[in-house]
Amino acid sequence: MDIRFQFMKYRRMAAIASIAIFTISVLSLGFRGLSLGLDFSGGTLVEVSYETPVDLESIRNTLIVNGYDDSQVVNFGSNLDVLIKVADQNGNSSIGDNIFQILEAEGFKGELKRVEFVGPQVGAELRDQGGLGMIVALFMILFYVAFRFQYKFALGAVAALGHDVVIILGLFSIFAWDFDLTVLAALLAVIGYSLNDTIVVSDRIRENFRTERSMDPEEMVDLSLNQTLGRTIVTSFTTLLVLFALFIFGGEMIKGFSLALILGVLVGTYSSIYVVANMLMSLTLTQEDLAIPEPEGADFDELP
Amino acid sequence: MNKFSLSQFITIFVVLVLGFTYALPNLYPTQPSIQVAYTDSGKSADQILLNQLEDTLKETNSDFDSLFLRDNKIVIQFSTLDQQLNAKTILQNKFLDKVIIALNLEPTTPDWLKSLGGRPVKLGLDLSGGVHFLLEVDIDTAEQGRLELLLDTYRKTFKEDRIKVADSSIKDLALHFEFKDRDSYNKALKQYRTDSPGITGIQYLITERPTANKLVLEYSDIALKEIRDYAVGQNLTTLRNRVNELGVSEPVVQRQGSSRIVVELPGVQDPTAAKKIIGKTANLEFRLEANSRTSPLRKEEFNFKNNEYATAFLERAVVVAGDRVTNASTGFDESGFSQVNITLDMQGGRALQKATSGNIGRKLAVLFVEQKNKSELIIDENGKSVIQQTSYIEKNIISLATVQAVLGTSFRITGVGNPQEASELALFLRAGALAAPMKFVEERTVGPSLGKENIELGMKSIMIGFTLVVLFMALYYRVFGLAANISLLLNLVLITGIMSLLGATLTLPGIAGIVLTVGMAVDANVLIFSRIREELKEKDPQSAIHDGFSRAFVTIFDANITTLIAALVLYIIGTGPIKGFAVTLSIGIITSMFTAIVCTRAMVNIIYGNKNIKELKI
Repeated sequence: MDIRFQFMKYRRMAAIASIAIFTISVLSLGFRGLSLGLDFSGGTLVEVSYETPVDLESIRNTLIVNGYDDSQVVNFGSNLDVLIKVADQNGNSSIGDNIFQILEAEGFKGELKRVEFVGPQVGAELRDQGGLGMIVALFMILFYVAFRFQYKFALGAVAALGHDVVIILGLFSIFAWDFDLTVLAALLAVIGYSLNDTIVVSDRIRENFRTERSMDPEEMVDLSLNQTLGRTIVTSFTTLLVLFALFIFGGEMIKGFSLALILGVLVGTYSSIYVVANMLMSLTLTQEDLAIPEPEGADFDELP
Repeated sequence: MNKFSLSQFITIFVVLVLGFTYALPNLYPTQPSIQVAYTDSGKSADQILLNQLEDTLKETNSDFDSLFLRDNKIVIQFSTLDQQLNAKTILQNKFLDKVIIALNLEPTTPDWLKSLGGRPVKLGLDLSGGVHFLLEVDIDTAEQGRLELLLDTYRKTFKEDRIKVADSSIKDLALHFEFKDRDSYNKALKQYRTDSPGITGIQYLITERPTANKLVLEYSDIALKEIRDYAVGQNLTTLRNRVNELGVSEPVVQRQGSSRIVVELPGVQDPTAAKKIIGKTANLEFRLEANSRTSPLRKEEFNFKNNEYATAFLERAVVVAGDRVTNASTGFDESGFSQVNITLDMQGGRALQKATSGNIGRKLAVLFVEQKNKSELIIDENGKSVIQQTSYIEKNIISLATVQAVLGTSFRITGVGNPQEASELALFLRAGALAAPMKFVEERTVGPSLGKENIELGMKSIMIGFTLVVLFMALYYRVFGLAANISLLLNLVLITGIMSLLGATLTLPGIAGIVLTVGMAVDANVLIFSRIREELKEKDPQSAIHDGFSRAFVTIFDANITTLIAALVLYIIGTGPIKGFAVTLSIGIITSMFTAIVCTRAMVNIIYGNKNIKELKI
């Protein structure tokens, strides 16, 4: 029974830190909001690639002269790629082609890499669908965990997920990173990943609660966390390895996606240690909660 | 202990062989090819065209590998992209706008693999380059059109039945009738109730206001659904016909949700031209044939569509345009000959009634109006010859029939030839008309260079991520790490095989999903191995291996199911690229459970099973 690291000794500190970051995130989301990507905001986006660097200011001026006052012009990835965003909300689908033609005519001859137009209605729908999807996923997971474990675990798991999602959203809000569909997808993957961690830890806590009847809950949780620590570190490490590969080599279009996942893995690892355990401690998990052996378990044990 | 039975090994072997077989088509390179079809969608490519193409290519000494007829198209294959482009230019110059030439990259899957259903993974537009459109069908307009027709029908019926109507109108997608007396009110109500039960259910919702002698008629949800389905289905057909004109090798035209249509055109680089063709309207005109009294200034000569030598003079005035056609179907007349039944909307019916009332015995023509692109060879300012495309409008007669009676909203054209010709005419009539207007609500164009770049970057990330994980696992877990690494590789093969077999689409986020799977798939093995390490403290190596695997199983199962739930939700809410991510993630979770648990176990069993091990290095 070697408890190498007493995680629970610092649980109050961790709780304070979590609550603080969570609050900051909520405040930022409330006041600053997210800087929504094209998928959710609607509008038009044009990406043009040039052979030599071009002056963004002169592109901006050209667009203003031609009546696109509310356009954003930025470099994308390198200074040879230019990204132009127009937030027109009238559902005009030919802005992208117009802009490219104007630029060509003004001597900015480049290669059109992509044009995206999302109508205001579609943007709003994607927003609603995304939010709804997130909530549906959380509830389905809550039910699954409640069914497989016990409701206190389910509350712990969902608290951990809510914690992770809000903090990542908060970071996207604070740093004004673009929040688009791929980031939403990453967020849902984070829910899956973080839960993975949470379940491994919960599973061990459940097992120890059943076998080690002499320990108090705090020791029990510490023991479980230490037993799973090796696995938690290794898995987070390998996942981070591939995510950094994706972040560095995967190109500009999935930078946001990989960034959200990297943050998700970091926050998710932390939360499966502290948030879940903290919740279980506060809800005072007892032996009785786990006394009834679950019927399904036996079936699985005999499989390879 | 720790031995698999023969049948277990055979099962694993079969799964892996299947996985490898279906992943195999992805290893064969693609071959540049062009597909040639007649511009006239009614004409299928034939031996004559094949010979013409072959002769042209031979005359100009253009290299090609093979040339054959497939699905109404001529396919010509080449060994290099240069040959492909060269042949396209030559053929386009020679045949100009008589044919549509589409560039394509054909998979070179061998026949034995094809016969097993093997095919390479489909690439999403973000990887292949191309245009994606989302169009919204304006259902309200379709409903309004139907209501106008209904209003017209009831006005006529009420007139015949001597039901006195004080006022009738359409307001907020409902028919409002006000009657002069209670008797008329009751009769009309009876008529409504008789008409309401349709084939599929109640058609109308009737609001009764007996004190004011007013009746309000609205379509029921069932009827609305029928209208919507008809309008969307009709527009789908029209769009498919139009998309065919674009010469895209594998277009997608699909309904999405209740009132939207997705159009995906891989390889198309000019969204403006594509939009013009997809969005065009009104390509039918009804006109009277000119007679001896028509002044030369007011008539025009047109060719027949199915016979380029026959012509006819028609009046310049258009009686009704194609956007007034609400339906066209084929049927048989009293003597069993084919006929085409046409329904116009109220406005169209009225115009036709006016035009035909004094002209029984004259002929009425249906003109098919097409927007076409003409290719011309011109010399540009640099002295290079280039193909210039200009669009123009071509009008051909598809039917010229004698007016037998005064026509209204519904009439028929008889003497249209055999049933096949009749259904072709009906198709043309329908193709000319969109059942309801559409607007573009989403558009995404990805250039070919960006698509290529995305594939390259994605593959690079997979390779680097995979190498890093493999190195780490081998160093950290030694022999067991090696088993895990082989499982990881098998996992990639299985993901590829299943995606190819299911015909799933690979997108950039999909590649990211595979990368993520590589990182997460080792989790199952890490769990098992750390469990074995723990068990080793108390047990002998063989029991430790056995218990390590079985104890870790429940945890792995629970952890993966929850990720699968998240992936499924993502699949349901996501569109396009995001769906691709959900697909690879879901497949990856399932295959990784198989490889990490079953395959790794098999390897460990082969290495350590039934042996007397004193020390286990893990």
